[in-house]
Amino acid sequence: MTQLDAKIPSGPLAQKWDRHRAAIKLVSPTNKRKFEILVVGSGLAGASAAATLAEQGYSVKCFCFQDSPRRAHSIAAQGGINAAKNYQNDGDSIYRLFYDTIKGGDFRSREANVYRLAQVSVNIIDHCVAQGVPFAREYGGLLANRSFGGAQVSRTFYARGATGQQLLLGAYQALSRQIGLKQVQMIPRADMLELVLVDGQAKGIVVRDSVTGKISSHSGDAVVLATGGYGNVFNLSTYARGSNATAIWRAYKKGALFANPCFTQIHPTCIPVSGDYQSKLTLMSESLRNDGRCWVPKKAGDKRAADAIPEEERDYYLERLYPSYGNLAPRDISSRAAKRVCDEGRGVGPSGLGVYLDFSDALKRLGEATIRERYGNLFDIYHEITGENAYQAPMRIYPAIHYTMGGLWVDYNLMSNVPGLFVVGEANFSDHGANRLGASALMQGLADGYFVLPYTIGHYLAGSKKVKPSVESAEFRQAESETEARIARLLGIRGKRTVSDIHKQLGKILWENCGMARNRQGLQDALQKIPALREEFWGGVTVPGEGKDLNQSLEKALRVADFLELGELLCRDALAREESCGCHLREEYQTPEGECKRNDEEYAYAAAWQYAGETSAPVLCKEPLIYEELPMATRSYK
Amino acid sequence: MNFTLRVWRQPNSRTPGRLESYPARNIDPNMSFLEMLDVVNEQLTLENREPIAFDHDCREGICGMCSLVIDGEAHGPEERVTSCQIYMRSFKDGATITVEPFRSKAFPILKDLIVDRSALDRIIQSGGFISVNTGQAPDANALPIGKDLAEQAFDVAHCIGCGACVAACKNASAMLFVSAKVTHLGLLPQGQPERDRRVRAMVSTMDAEHFGNCTNQYECEAVCPKGISAANIARLNRDYALASLKGMFTKKSESAGGG
Repeated sequence: MTQLDAKIPSGPLAQKWDRHRAAIKLVSPTNKRKFEILVVGSGLAGASAAATLAEQGYSVKCFCFQDSPRRAHSIAAQGGINAAKNYQNDGDSIYRLFYDTIKGGDFRSREANVYRLAQVSVNIIDHCVAQGVPFAREYGGLLANRSFGGAQVSRTFYARGATGQQLLLGAYQALSRQIGLKQVQMIPRADMLELVLVDGQAKGIVVRDSVTGKISSHSGDAVVLATGGYGNVFNLSTYARGSNATAIWRAYKKGALFANPCFTQIHPTCIPVSGDYQSKLTLMSESLRNDGRCWVPKKAGDKRAADAIPEEERDYYLERLYPSYGNLAPRDISSRAAKRVCDEGRGVGPSGLGVYLDFSDALKRLGEATIRERYGNLFDIYHEITGENAYQAPMRIYPAIHYTMGGLWVDYNLMSNVPGLFVVGEANFSDHGANRLGASALMQGLADGYFVLPYTIGHYLAGSKKVKPSVESAEFRQAESETEARIARLLGIRGKRTVSDIHKQLGKILWENCGMARNRQGLQDALQKIPALREEFWGGVTVPGEGKDLNQSLEKALRVADFLELGELLCRDALAREESCGCHLREEYQTPEGECKRNDEEYAYAAAWQYAGETSAPVLCKEPLIYEELPMATRSYK
Repeated sequence: MNFTLRVWRQPNSRTPGRLESYPARNIDPNMSFLEMLDVVNEQLTLENREPIAFDHDCREGICGMCSLVIDGEAHGPEERVTSCQIYMRSFKDGATITVEPFRSKAFPILKDLIVDRSALDRIIQSGGFISVNTGQAPDANALPIGKDLAEQAFDVAHCIGCGACVAACKNASAMLFVSAKVTHLGLLPQGQPERDRRVRAMVSTMDAEHFGNCTNQYECEAVCPKGISAANIARLNRDYALASLKGMFTKKSESAGGG
């Protein structure tokens, strides 16, 4: 078993980061350009890291699977980005953002990382404004804020309903500037299919050019994975269709530990599923819950239209259950509340899997013009998809997979247990514990990429021997031939089932057994079904076309092959964690009201899984979570 | 619903392509256009034929990856949406629907409906940014920016870089795309120091990448999924003329890349 050392600096919490930065090794300006860093992924974390490292003088290669770095799925984030600026004079502070994030994560995140995140949050806003990000402003010209779930202050900065787009374009432009200056070599339409270790250190990757199908190797002094989350393991999610876990899964199989895989966020407000053909689910931003009220009929089976149900026969269940946070209760809690009322037969819409998100009070109070200004594009998206007008009738929403808190294990320096392999953004596990608060994903991605990794990677490089191995070396040759063999095997099966069909089935198994509520029996069943499905995949899938060509079926098959392994680890982790916390509700461990019952005595740790080969079960390594500053408390939003 | 699709098939950039017909049967009116293509592709896969290649990713109208010309219109029959936001209820049952890629000299076809739009990235790389390194910024509220100005900047910054403007233009002009970035950064106080060199560098790259000129047909505005106004092109022309004029009297590097 790998002994985990989180390398948390000593000293008082508030001084750890400053003291660490002062103590870590530096690389001199003239030496920086001699180091080559491979950044995989070009979303908020990847683009900001690649741009900043290049500004510092490192040679950078950046890879993305899309046709342009500007397409990364950070672009779809709608609501906002948190920062402890206290511009609203409502009592916010770094400490309060830190506290809210730890509490929101149900005391399953690493305290020192979260404190640092809250500290650098303020720098992010400054930097993005300097880049020209058009945040919302007040008439006086100062920045505007809105509220988000799990907080009682207004600390969320936003750009209408497209905050992720504007922040990503800021990072993309910074990256583009470095590409223009030839400090970054950008390699789009490239799928990372293997991580290459030389003497136990991460020294390169193998990629497939998705236009020509050519397999090639790239070597570097360090590898940074910024490849996002793995929510598409569920098939139906709010992720982009191309989002995948292959990079982090390949790293896992090369020895990097995978932490808390079962911590997957289910977002309460998405447009409900309408049919079996559906390819993705669309989020309706959490910011809508600032002005929208969630309700269902009080009576089960009430099929009347929303406007025919009088006020006294409606159950505004979030306001009833959580009076102090109301509709702004955190995501895990709001999702489960929606599931519960639907399970009671009170769900709305044709499938009964939906609740109302009603703006009529806000429309009366503020007028349509104000609502349109705040949420116009979200109401438009809702209209495009459903054909319904949410200014006139309430939206119908239902929870959907949206984010993964779990990811590759990293230490305080964002380095995995594999030396030289860094993991940033959603791809790592550290900051959000068992539940992420709204508007904190953008914050973490940019914190890691702009303000944390560019410091900590220098410490590693300064201390490492500078030997960039040749891509002709045996390690690279072997990784390439293994990748070629995997591709040949997939193309050679020529069975009867499509990749999408098997992916759908995997998603269904996971959603039913490892979704909003989990129990021992269901997880054990899933652990039987997934390996069987995997066998069916390798025995009976059909992947048309050739390897040395643009072949989207092959791309998808490679990704789903990895999801079929990852899905099993998800269930294994959920089964091993015999407690409920945040998003992870084990039905055996809940309060009479259906809230999470944590077990801090036995489970106050990050569960980091170590790959042990095809035939053995992975090994559970534990990083105890020690709270120096905050006493662990029961989370309450009542 | 049932449809007949006529789809552009082209194995790669070197081989000529042609339209081929495929049936699309039992289509739910609430399916998106791309989901309908998914259904057709599943069928082709089961028949051991090669599925239709098309670019897509977020499927919610923001990443800019999807890029179909549907019945002759970039992003299809509805206004202010991307190809992925077209729903089958927009078509008549039994209709024949023609699906082609975004065509332009600057966007070579890679396969079927997939084109190479990296020329747009190269335009941004030549100057579509504010040169500020991480770590140098003053407090975000140090410089107030009027609400109206911020909103105006957002309207153009909302461009998703899909290239529909180019596909719709008979000259394959990228001026709506370029004007959106030039306007976004040119409106904001932070964008002023590089304003002249930015517009000159971006226009010169645009020309070098084989995009045509604007002849005021406004097809670009009509197909833009984010409703970016062609009035920005006038602003681009004015900025470019002023910057060029100033350039005659002062010595400046042509590239904004030096930052």
